[in-house]
Amino acid sequence: MAGPRNISVSEASRPVLPRHAKLKYDETRQVWVILAPERVLAPDEIAVEVLQLCDGKRSVGDVSDQLAAKYAAPREAILADVIVMLQDLADKGFLTEIREKTS
Amino acid sequence: MSDVTIPPSDSLAVLEKQRSTAETFGIPLAVLLEITHRCPLQCPYCSNPVELDRSGKELTTEEWKKVLSELAEIGVLQVHFSGGEPTARKDLVELVKHASDVGLYTNLITSAVLLTRERLSELADAGLCHVQISFQGVEEGLADRVAGYRNGHRKKLEVAKWTRELDLPLTVNAVMHRQNLHQLPDIIQMSVDLDADRLEVANVQYYGWALKNRAALMPTVAQLDECTEIVEEARERLKGRLTIDYVVPDYYALRPKKCMGGWGRQFFNISPAGKVLPCHAAESITGLEFESVRSNHSIAWIWQNSEAFNRYRGTGWMKEPCKTCEFREIDFGGCRCQAFALTGDAANTDPACALSPLHETIFKQAEREAEGETSRFLYRNFAGGTLESENGT
Repeated sequence: MAGPRNISVSEASRPVLPRHAKLKYDETRQVWVILAPERVLAPDEIAVEVLQLCDGKRSVGDVSDQLAAKYAAPREAILADVIVMLQDLADKGFLTEIREKTS
Repeated sequence: MSDVTIPPSDSLAVLEKQRSTAETFGIPLAVLLEITHRCPLQCPYCSNPVELDRSGKELTTEEWKKVLSELAEIGVLQVHFSGGEPTARKDLVELVKHASDVGLYTNLITSAVLLTRERLSELADAGLCHVQISFQGVEEGLADRVAGYRNGHRKKLEVAKWTRELDLPLTVNAVMHRQNLHQLPDIIQMSVDLDADRLEVANVQYYGWALKNRAALMPTVAQLDECTEIVEEARERLKGRLTIDYVVPDYYALRPKKCMGGWGRQFFNISPAGKVLPCHAAESITGLEFESVRSNHSIAWIWQNSEAFNRYRGTGWMKEPCKTCEFREIDFGGCRCQAFALTGDAANTDPACALSPLHETIFKQAEREAEGETSRFLYRNFAGGTLESENGT
């Protein structure tokens, strides 16, 4: 079953790239890319770092904690940036999330 | 994050800065593989050449595998298995598996009518990343008539469902023209109902088979304006739910399309017989020699050095009014195949451009055809086409 779409990214979300969006290092061009249907996205360094942490287990909050510690930067600012970046990806249809089973 | 994307008929882009000069070109990010021209459908706007490659000329399984390995090696990231109908090849699963093994992202561009659930599932297991299914309309009366294939529409709906059940992303490809544009709102809704990720609203581009059928297909200006409004409204309403790519026909535009992102800049495709082509219609330009993957040259060499790719690359080949035009590196003078088909010289300005001396004539002709009575199709086939009967069968 496919993950949910049209998601709204928040601190508690546990996002992950869907099966059809593949993060890959392009050896020829020496850049990171996201391969998607009829699209190739060129994520910047920060986006790559965030996406590598988005495994469907960590929450957006966890990811922000990790980045804040790594860069000794204010967590709230990082959290806000991460949410904007992920929401943009979600709006393009290239992000899904893991949800708790409600049953 | 920058989104490097080109409309579907042009399909694919290279990773490059927006304003790079005409002379710089890298290996395309994605390549279209037309693995066969065989197809059970007979759509009158088929993008295949009027002279189709017969099955005896098709590359073998081993030859296609070698092509796939070579493409991955030189930096291609995505391949589109297309045709004709790619599922007409018995070795499709094997080819998809090989493409996945060498690290390529794989798309299947299909009419779907030959697929069973079992075969689709095998393709998914082989690593297929994305399925694109063509629809000719929203109900079987019109859709099956356009395709020249009975019960095709019903089958397509079924395969679209299987695609989502197998957790594969789905693109609905809808080729639009005068006889089906009124169904566009329903086609958008059908795409939502099928749980598609993407919808391509692709207006017919008029060369090859479509040029032969232009009088039966050309939309009116009013239809097109409405079509654009419908797409814009739906894009806003369905944001985050359904991506809509929109290809406008260029006949009613003032500026030509940047066809293929410029000849030999962002795109190549490989024909069933292994020819490396700057676009899928390029063989319609007579007098150009295209190199084959069966030659002694590598694909990268053909892309960079062959005469056919270099002939219309950049701006050096241009005549007036293109030569001194301020837009010459924006649209590269439009479509070479269209320039050839309508003026007899591929180096002329594409008549879709308002600066072409032929623009007015062609626009008026298209407008007359759009208002005309002709609705019978010339169906695409290996026999050079068959005219639809009077009662539409």
